[in-house]
Amino acid sequence: VLKGVYGWLDDRLGISSALVPLMQHPVPPGLNWGYVLGSATLVAFIVQVVTGVGLAFTYVPAPNSAYETLQWISHQAILGNVVRGIHYFGASAMVIFIVFHLIQVFLTGGFKYPREVNWLTGTLLLLLTLGMAWTGQLLRWDQNAYWSIVVGAEYAARVPLIGEQLSAILLAGHTVGGATLTRFYATHVFLFPALIFGVVGLHLYLVVRHGISEPPRPGERVSKANYFARYYEMLRTRGEPFWPDAAWKDVVAAVAIGAVVLLLAIVVGAPELAAPADPTNVQAYPLPDWYFVWLFAVLALLPRGLENAFMIGFPLLAIVVLLALPFVANGGERHWSRRPWAVFAVGFSLLAIALLIREGYQAPWSPEMNPGPLPASVTQGLTGSEAAGAQVFTAKACHSCHAIGGSGGHRGPDLSDVGLRLSRDQMTARILTGALNMPSFAGNIDPTELEQLVDFLATRRASPGFFTAPSGE
Amino acid sequence: MDERIARREWLNRLSLGLMGLAGVVVSVPLISYLLSPLLRPPPPAWVDVGPADDFKQGETVLKSIKEVSPLPWAGQTAETAVWVRRMDQQTFTIFEVNCAHLGCPVMWKQEAELFLCPCHGGVYYADGTVAGGPPPRPLFRYENRVQNGTLQVRSRGLGLSTQAV
Repeated sequence: VLKGVYGWLDDRLGISSALVPLMQHPVPPGLNWGYVLGSATLVAFIVQVVTGVGLAFTYVPAPNSAYETLQWISHQAILGNVVRGIHYFGASAMVIFIVFHLIQVFLTGGFKYPREVNWLTGTLLLLLTLGMAWTGQLLRWDQNAYWSIVVGAEYAARVPLIGEQLSAILLAGHTVGGATLTRFYATHVFLFPALIFGVVGLHLYLVVRHGISEPPRPGERVSKANYFARYYEMLRTRGEPFWPDAAWKDVVAAVAIGAVVLLLAIVVGAPELAAPADPTNVQAYPLPDWYFVWLFAVLALLPRGLENAFMIGFPLLAIVVLLALPFVANGGERHWSRRPWAVFAVGFSLLAIALLIREGYQAPWSPEMNPGPLPASVTQGLTGSEAAGAQVFTAKACHSCHAIGGSGGHRGPDLSDVGLRLSRDQMTARILTGALNMPSFAGNIDPTELEQLVDFLATRRASPGFFTAPSGE
Repeated sequence: MDERIARREWLNRLSLGLMGLAGVVVSVPLISYLLSPLLRPPPPAWVDVGPADDFKQGETVLKSIKEVSPLPWAGQTAETAVWVRRMDQQTFTIFEVNCAHLGCPVMWKQEAELFLCPCHGGVYYADGTVAGGPPPRPLFRYENRVQNGTLQVRSRGLGLSTQAV
């Protein structure tokens, strides 16, 4: 009977006539683990869709309930925190795998003739994935989310000519309000996923249409003249069926990714939300999720004059470079060992992003809002005017930007040894006139306080040590 | 035979044309609906901050103000905050809490008489002028007036660093 049922289904669905041959289409031999990165990205996306649907069963996308429903998911719902954890780490997995998929295709020359449109659709998927990452973190509707939206609106406003309009479209108005959250929700849950499904479909169709690009060999140049004749001849003589000869690696990778994401969700869990979004609460230290921290760091480090040029020019340039690449570097060598500039570009970009992410988390440019009192090791033994000066140091918020004895901000120089470096006159002058990134205190410190402050600073003669411990992070 | 091909060509154009028309007809209301924030800017209005006598000269304090016409489900976003400084008996200066760099909330340090921004280290003096860091312009200000002893601000949207507000 089962055989009869299968025979009927096979006849009506075309399993053995269409689907099995598709799964078993020949692919080039010798595909290594680098070739699983595309399917790994797709697996991460499917995980996101499934857990996202789960979260949407409870999450209410309105400013007066979003935060509460998310807290309920995290702390009350059965295994809710695991679902949110999978969605959180799955997002990171999707960003990581799509970036490494791009790098792998770039270094193996897979984007060259005839697979230009594969690359273009992949670029679109990269942009959509980053769009998903950004809109997703806003749905938490905590202080980080609220102020990130404000930063996003200010960023959009820097675009020449249409900046104000873009900003209003992003906010669904002229301030963050009731309509803003639903806009990001609809984008994150309907618009972008629908586009991703569509573009992934096209991307996969192209993978089947052009075949998987054969692993490159040094010295073997792309030859357009008889490309397909040679490609099909290679498949006919040496090709292997995709299922299971190549696909087993994809399956193993998918299971491993699922296991790691699940483990992280259970053991580490999604991070706690910050305080609820509140425009009237200015006690916030907004920081994006790690995949945008490098951009956050760049925005603090840019010289003033270059800021607009970079904020608009860099994303534009990155997109233009990605879109132009398959046309500019259409032929030639495919193996990375014959393309030193390609290897350099990848190494340089990865290093720059890693360093900027590190810098972004340390954020030495951010003043310490509440550095607390000076450590006892600094204040002990101070008397009279020097002790009063230490009070002035904290009261006038010097401590927010200058560390002493391992405590305080890192915006300005560490002052643990300022007594060795500067004379009293130099200190007085600097305090009164300020500097490029230091306020002038001339209008806001009386002569006695200034005297006491300099008395205190003159006692600072300790070596700060080569590595001062960053505080309060 | 030629007639059939001509008819086929005509049907091809008709079908594509009908689909295009349907697309345009559906898009017009949808796109205008999505762009409505642009087409309908909020009317400016005077909003109460609080009794003018509550503010001491030389102090800068954080106050919440109501948005003009928030959506019923706006929750906490129906309010926003401003920094209010009383200059003298008659005049007040009211600052937006958003840093003029990229909009993060600035904190006021009373004794140091400075606004500090946590994001990228912008610093402003008590009068809102830039004392350090990346902000390209002073803190945004609100128009304000005292009406029957109540301090009021003229509400408006988020100040954008490219605008001349």
